[in-house]
Amino acid sequence: MSLSVQISHRLPGIDLDILFQAPRGVTVLFGRSGSGKTTIVDAVAGLLRPQAGRVAVDDWVLFDTEQGHWLPPHRRRLGYIFQEGRLFPHLTVRQNLSYGRWFAPRGARRENPDHVIEMLGIGHLLDRRPAHLSGGEKQRVAIGRALLASPRLILADEPLAALDEARKAEILPYFERLRDEVSVPILYVTHSAAEVARLATSVVALQDGKVLRQGPASEVLADPSVAPTGVRAVGAVLEVSVAAHHEDGLTELTANGVRLFLPRIPHSVGDTLRIRIPAQEVILSDRKPEGLSALNVLQGTVESVRAGEGPGAIVSVRTPAGTLLARVTRRSVDALALQPGKPCHAVVKTVALAPQDVGGRVAKS
Amino acid sequence: MGWLGPAEIEALRLSLRVSFWATIVSLPLGIFVAYALARWRFPGRQVLNGLVHLPLILPPVVTGYLLLLTFNVQAPVGRVLADLGVVVAFRWTGAALAAGIMAFPLMVRAIRLSIEAVDPKLEQAGATLGASQPFVFVTVTLPMILPGIIAGAILAFAKAMGEFGATITFVSNIPGQTQTLPSAVYAFLQVPGGESAAMRLVIISIVIAMGALLLSEYVGRRAAARVAGT
Repeated sequence: MSLSVQISHRLPGIDLDILFQAPRGVTVLFGRSGSGKTTIVDAVAGLLRPQAGRVAVDDWVLFDTEQGHWLPPHRRRLGYIFQEGRLFPHLTVRQNLSYGRWFAPRGARRENPDHVIEMLGIGHLLDRRPAHLSGGEKQRVAIGRALLASPRLILADEPLAALDEARKAEILPYFERLRDEVSVPILYVTHSAAEVARLATSVVALQDGKVLRQGPASEVLADPSVAPTGVRAVGAVLEVSVAAHHEDGLTELTANGVRLFLPRIPHSVGDTLRIRIPAQEVILSDRKPEGLSALNVLQGTVESVRAGEGPGAIVSVRTPAGTLLARVTRRSVDALALQPGKPCHAVVKTVALAPQDVGGRVAKS
Repeated sequence: MGWLGPAEIEALRLSLRVSFWATIVSLPLGIFVAYALARWRFPGRQVLNGLVHLPLILPPVVTGYLLLLTFNVQAPVGRVLADLGVVVAFRWTGAALAAGIMAFPLMVRAIRLSIEAVDPKLEQAGATLGASQPFVFVTVTLPMILPGIIAGAILAFAKAMGEFGATITFVSNIPGQTQTLPSAVYAFLQVPGGESAAMRLVIISIVIAMGALLLSEYVGRRAAARVAGT
């Protein structure tokens, strides 16, 4: 299944004009606030009527302004996960979960409630009302409610934005499971590079109502002109597996045979993960560094150098573990004579691998 | 009720009947008007709002006179109704009509406040989960405003019990037919020696009004708590 979106809509302050395809898996709409992300999701959901456009899941058309075709929201078979949960306060968790199920066509009830409840770990909450749930629990119930409507399309509008870091870390794995277990397209709005790195199958980067770039997360995130929060969000995404847990509190990972160390993570040996290495946590050296406290030194060759408008530049380095990105000054680029093809060493500080950048299991594809 | 005379019991029973029917019949319309005023933007919304509130600010005797002009058997509306077998002028049904109209603004205000306290985003969430507009209303809006509806109905009932000016103008003061509690108090005060009967009805009136007010306050607080989800 794939979602095709074409929307033109004029709002005060923003001229939305976008076109993209979202394949199966998570397509992240990525951009700073005001770039039109929520407007797009609301138009797909039918909560907002755009001036022109067409949205379809495969050949099932949700709306087409040219044909004068408009399905009201309740006939679009959606699972919309809102930022603030929007659970019904007068219903118990159990009733909230079954709300969408009442309205799903009988033949289309794919999801097994017991399975979803177990996957989300909300079995002990079923008889409570939303007012007696924590923020993280509410969001898990909201995910379950959307899923049990047996949607043909899942929408999530910054579902983690209202949560603190600990709660985000609690919810993210459920979205990873959703990505890996559910066969419908998931349109996910965020302005967090860490969420993009962990979840995205495909990224649509937006700016001022236009699509800036679309592609796999590793490519889009590596482009400094795309990052909504500036150069800080630039980083490389690597797929690694857990090799061992050491007694000194470190976990050893391997990426294509290259060893990497980071503070102990809860995953078990053998798990496959995605990690994000922010460009500003990577240092480059033109010879093998010695006497450094950093544990991770990767040998590689410079692939490209992109200078920004300021004093900085983003250097991408091909290593056996994958492509890394390093943020260095232009002065260093000159001093080290960094240019494509030049051998160099990338130094990654161990602590740079923050827990929020460590993703869960990656689907075997 | 041995301490009440037959005329007083008659008036009390009539008042209860009039108020009950006035409240029940106007409730669906009250919910609809409150919803329209709270949620829809349409031309003439302010005019509708004004019309609903008019009985609250007009002298009741004016409302009663307007009803008499509209519903007497010679008037077009009254004649059509009379042909259908419905005569309201000088009947208890007329007293119910007058009471219903006088109580309507209070009912609509209470219900409208409770609808405005429901976050439209919850109704949107219901729609995205597959519920059509009527279903969203029944499963999301209605349960959340139910305490507001009950509070509005209680308030309207109490107001109807006390309605005097429009009722006496429209349907007069016929014992057993249109002589409601307030009309009876008025009538007793017009005759020598009627003070004690009037006083008994006054006490009943105070008890009913006070009880309704407390009940409606209580249910209203429950409504606020329910919308907040506790």
